[in-house]
Amino acid sequence: MRPAAVEAFDWGWRYAGRLRWAIRGLTLAIEPGQRVLLVGPSGGGKSTLLQAIAGVNTGSEDGDAEGALRLDGQLPNAGRGRVGLVLQDPDSQVILGRVGDDVAFGCENLGVPRAEIWPRVVASLDAVGLDVPLAHPTAQLSGGQKQRLALAGVLAMQPGLVLLDEPTANLDPAGVIEVRDSVARAIGRTGATLIVVEHRVSVWADLVDRIVVLDREGAVIADGEPVDVLSQHRDRLLDDGIWVPDAPLPASLELGPVPAATGAVLAASDLTVGRTRGNPVQTALTFELGQGTSTVLTGPNGSGKTTLALTLGGLLPPLEGTVIASEGLRAGLAAEPHRWRSKELLTRIGTVLQEPEHQFVASTVADEVAIGLRALRLSAGEVAERVESALVRLRLDALARANPYTLSGGEQRRLTVASVLVTRPSLVILDEPTFGQDRVTWLELVTMLRELTTEGITLLSVSHDETYAQVLGDHRIELAPAPAGWVS
Amino acid sequence: MTAQLAPTVVSRGTGLLYRANPVTLVVGAIVLSVPLFLTVDWVSALVALVLEVLLFVAAGVPLGQLVRRSWPLAIGAPLAALSMVLYGKPEGREYFAFWLAHITDGSIALAIAIAIRVFAIGIPAILMFSTIDPTDFADSLAQLVRLPSNFVLGTLAGTRLVSLFLDDWRTMAMSRRARGIADHAAPRRFAMMAFAVLVLAIRRGSKLATAMEARGFGAPTQRTWARQVSLTWVDAVLFVACLLIVAAATWAAVAAGTYRPVWSG
Repeated sequence: MRPAAVEAFDWGWRYAGRLRWAIRGLTLAIEPGQRVLLVGPSGGGKSTLLQAIAGVNTGSEDGDAEGALRLDGQLPNAGRGRVGLVLQDPDSQVILGRVGDDVAFGCENLGVPRAEIWPRVVASLDAVGLDVPLAHPTAQLSGGQKQRLALAGVLAMQPGLVLLDEPTANLDPAGVIEVRDSVARAIGRTGATLIVVEHRVSVWADLVDRIVVLDREGAVIADGEPVDVLSQHRDRLLDDGIWVPDAPLPASLELGPVPAATGAVLAASDLTVGRTRGNPVQTALTFELGQGTSTVLTGPNGSGKTTLALTLGGLLPPLEGTVIASEGLRAGLAAEPHRWRSKELLTRIGTVLQEPEHQFVASTVADEVAIGLRALRLSAGEVAERVESALVRLRLDALARANPYTLSGGEQRRLTVASVLVTRPSLVILDEPTFGQDRVTWLELVTMLRELTTEGITLLSVSHDETYAQVLGDHRIELAPAPAGWVS
Repeated sequence: MTAQLAPTVVSRGTGLLYRANPVTLVVGAIVLSVPLFLTVDWVSALVALVLEVLLFVAAGVPLGQLVRRSWPLAIGAPLAALSMVLYGKPEGREYFAFWLAHITDGSIALAIAIAIRVFAIGIPAILMFSTIDPTDFADSLAQLVRLPSNFVLGTLAGTRLVSLFLDDWRTMAMSRRARGIADHAAPRRFAMMAFAVLVLAIRRGSKLATAMEARGFGAPTQRTWARQVSLTWVDAVLFVACLLIVAAATWAAVAAGTYRPVWSG
């Protein structure tokens, strides 16, 4: 295997049907064997660049290119198999049902002789440290394992260039380390050229030998050794939402004295939760959520954090025990939230689920925010007014007429938060609100949530994000791992 | 670690049935069922049923498991038989009549024949199809039946998404409840959900297509296969056994004089 070189001369790409260039004016040369971290603001065309280098979604029907992009001096799509691409979403990269077959898939497509495929598969799985039988079902892998599987599938093709597009954005901290270490070991063994796109610089800074910073249009604004770039362009990077290592949080977000609760809004007693009868993930939970306080729920993967949050939000019935809403919260309804009607939840408990795409129901951002308000049968004037102020508050007003699916990941998450807050629920439940957020969005979101508690709104967040827990963890609930044999 | 660790076929048992090629199982199930669909007498059904049970036990399916897996037939067979008892063509002595329903010698014989037939056709279908692994089936369809590999692999990768749709459905139902729009009557809610899941399915599909393309899928290169699929003596034995069973069943019915093709009325 020979490491690959990449060169771009004044290169640009515009998706079919768009006016704006996704990326434009990029001039960059990457030498064979270099390890490059590519950073820049969200929506700055970094993913577009990686896909173009990998030669996917780059047909003339997909959009227009300008300038030149060369892989080893040739057009990128001429060199299939020279480039391996790992994407952000673990679930959409698993192709086949068994681990061994999935890794072999790329080799088969490249016409690698059969006798050579299985040794490659075994070596690739070993390189990423995925120690499961070849016939292991891919559906049973964790998120971190799925990303390592995708990396193994790429390595088996013996590419001269490995491209990673935010490979850890959807993973919990253990999964992030797992994937980072696998990349380090695999690249160390093969010597392939590496390009990583990520907001979280600290994860990759030690592993790369060069950081390239792009501006919103795609032009290079800084380029050099990680230490130099991070110290010389620190403010610019922070403004662009990059998680510069060791940058302190604004003083306004320091966790002050824990607000005094004026009573419990929701009380769980001897609660057993699970998605289906007979499959409990947690038992004997007893706690209260104090009004106007923020509680952060933590625990390892599979410990039932999401299931507990959904149960508290009245979306799943408790398997045993009770969830009791205070007199103030229930406002005349039955004590248990899961007995309330859907419309009755709106002003009482708002739940933001983990995946934005599971939640979208409208074709424009403004309509999406208005859904709950229309269900409450508010007047058209009131709806318009509240939608407007919610969009401004979460910086989505310029996107009011866009389709929710076309927004970036960070924008989608802000939209789901806006859609829930707009009906003014007294209790807000959020599941991993900061996954994959750049630093700017993160700060805005956290600041806004902190303001909510000063307005007397109660928060419960499921989060793996330790910084988030520092800022919003007035109270912490740590769930123990679910007992062996219990499936989440 | 060496290449000999490469799995050929995931085995869930050591019997012949589990070592047969999926294509053989599908063809076998068809061979067993078609002649039984063509006649409606009890002798052929009973002979086929007995021989099938013997074949499956010999091919590695424990009798207990065979009975357990056949439970849907225990519901289907009496239902089919009941309708035959009441509405089958009246013949011979009549025991009971009410409006269109007649219980006669003829309709009772027909009911028994139908009940046995449900088992004789159902058991091989259940056992053979439940033994098939989708991946092995796809390998075989592409390499033995020579279906286009892009079509077979695209379908195989797509089937994996089906299990995600079930989770999507549940999560989306909860999300809609949280959004205040789950109070509609069930049919309307179902229609809205179905559309939303469809949109999500298309998005997942296009992401999967990108991931597959990034791994060289659809490249002009001649594709190789990590696993060689070939037919063995096991497939020959199973196929011949299926042929013998239907031949024996048909011969027995003709010899006993009960053979009654569906077209004879």
